[in-house]
Amino acid sequence: MNAVTTPSEDEARILAAVERHSHRDGPLIEVLHEVQAAFGCIPAGSVPVIARALNLSRAEVHGVVTFYHHFRSKAPGRHVLQICRAESCQAAGGKAIEAHAKKRLGIEFGQTSADGRVTLEAVYCLGLCACSPAAMLDGEVHGRVTRESLDSLIDAGAGVKP
Amino acid sequence: MSVTVWVPGDAGALALGAEATAQALLAQSRAAGKEVRLRRNGSRGLYWLEPLVEVETPAGRVAYGPVAARDVPDLLAKGLLEGAAHALRLGDIEKHPWLATQQRLTFARVGRIDPLDLAAYRASGGYAGLARALALGPEAAVKEVLDSGLRGRGGAAFPTGIKWQTVLKQAPGQKYVTCNADEGDSGTYSDRMLMEGDPFSLIEGMTIAGVAVGATKGYVYLRVEYPHAFRVLNAAIAKAREAGLLGADVLGSGQAFDMEVRLGAGAYICGEETSMLESLEGRRGEIRVRPPLPAEKGLFGAPTIVNNVITLATVPGILAGGAAAYQAYGQAKSRGTLPLQLAGNIRRGGLVERAFGLTVRELLEDYGGGSLSGRPIRAVQIGGPLGAYLPASQFDTPLEYEALAAIGALLGHGGVVAFDDTVDMLEMARYAMEFCAHESCGKCTPCRIGSVRGAEALAAIGRGEDRDRQLVLVEELCDTMLNASLCGLGGMTPFPVQSALKHFPEDFRAKARGG
Repeated sequence: MNAVTTPSEDEARILAAVERHSHRDGPLIEVLHEVQAAFGCIPAGSVPVIARALNLSRAEVHGVVTFYHHFRSKAPGRHVLQICRAESCQAAGGKAIEAHAKKRLGIEFGQTSADGRVTLEAVYCLGLCACSPAAMLDGEVHGRVTRESLDSLIDAGAGVKP
Repeated sequence: MSVTVWVPGDAGALALGAEATAQALLAQSRAAGKEVRLRRNGSRGLYWLEPLVEVETPAGRVAYGPVAARDVPDLLAKGLLEGAAHALRLGDIEKHPWLATQQRLTFARVGRIDPLDLAAYRASGGYAGLARALALGPEAAVKEVLDSGLRGRGGAAFPTGIKWQTVLKQAPGQKYVTCNADEGDSGTYSDRMLMEGDPFSLIEGMTIAGVAVGATKGYVYLRVEYPHAFRVLNAAIAKAREAGLLGADVLGSGQAFDMEVRLGAGAYICGEETSMLESLEGRRGEIRVRPPLPAEKGLFGAPTIVNNVITLATVPGILAGGAAAYQAYGQAKSRGTLPLQLAGNIRRGGLVERAFGLTVRELLEDYGGGSLSGRPIRAVQIGGPLGAYLPASQFDTPLEYEALAAIGALLGHGGVVAFDDTVDMLEMARYAMEFCAHESCGKCTPCRIGSVRGAEALAAIGRGEDRDRQLVLVEELCDTMLNASLCGLGGMTPFPVQSALKHFPEDFRAKARGG
């Protein structure tokens, strides 16, 4: 969990997330979205806390966390770069973009660059297929991505002037 | 006098720089002492012209595109705000042949209005459908949908009215309307455009479904990859609630209906309806065995309508204009219009809503203008990652349900992805299996194991290892997956694989590959 907070503070944040959604039917995934928004991931220590608060077994919560690709077990770097791997982007040269990003950052999908700045993730369709290949950096969408535009994205994301 | 300028807030337009264009327009016109009123619309769907800027002039809206931020100084200097001539000037975009030849029913408002302007929605016919549904009463409203011939636009093409009838017939009690907005098929984006460009049509469609079948609660299951649609939908729901269009007394009818948006979490399988219901209940998105059908026992065990975004957003127009008017579009058993989505390696990508019947070739050439790379289009995949690959010899097939089924293909959600002649169809077949393995919920063995073995065998063929035996294995795996999977993911992944094998055998032949 986040190093600057104490375990009890973390637990309070998790319980607050549960509280905000407890009026809903089937709230677990909503709660997990909030926990990930707060911590960048679903910390292992949060699973028993969520389970107890929602009256679920730890296995049920763990099962849900691990089923969905969106939920991470480790906090990402300061920026998350998602590159689409689906067919439309492949048809428009997406594989070269994917290879370039991996080479440039020196990592594979699911990993974070050595300086902790950029986490690279695969995504399967951003719904930007009329301007493939597509990518998303910290929730901002980018279409017709080229090697050059990807470089400037990474530079901007890394806080470096191109 | 301020000049109104429209710049789309659609994610596709933003991906091409619309925000920078909008900010440049605001700042630079202000610096020049001109007052600009910036308004945001959805995308007209002509993505090769995005960011598409429209200026309101006394003679109507004048479009310019594509307008990058760097074009703004020159455009302003040459009189953009007066609608003056420029190399990027397109004139009235609705007279552009790409748009003028379309039949926009579901997308009638997208790109024309501010998506969150409820008054504009109502002024353009919005909520007339709900008013008529309330006046007709449940049975007659459902019959209207049935008579329209509307079939599920998510991909399965099941008659919408029959689904509604089944839910209506269930004993009174808690019922639900759920909207499948987990638009995961590559090459599709019509749900996203609709939700971002005209969210009230979806809200009204869900409300009509609710009052027609006696459901008081609706859920939109939205994929997490669509953060822009999430914001727009939530804002629109809040406005509808404020205006009494959602809540305890919908449109003063005494009937209750309210709705909320739930976010998915990056699982393609949750686009399968029973998996989506599991996910809405907060569980792993593992599919349910049918029967019972969701219409009988769906969300939390209650009778539930599950419809796609486009299906539901089409309903208000059907109710307002009558079943016969909608039914008049289309051919054979494919009635009405379909928003097709051009994607992949294509010169003019975008949304084409037309009555069913346009051929693949007309779509690719007349609208798409051929490939972006300028090379011949060798294959198209229709209907997402579970759809068949078509070779050029099949491009005269009309884009309608039965005609595509007759050649072993499917229309799905209407996405058409073009590939030029550099495509390696063996690799696309391998990717289909890899994608299935990545997204399998794991509940049934044919899908869980078959897809992994299929990807391994196709990779081995690519390396030239034991080709003939591996090909037999791939065929057998496809046969097992096709016939023994519990749902469409395992059951349809063979379509792209087998069609690639059938139509592009040369890509699978033994040759020195990869070297």
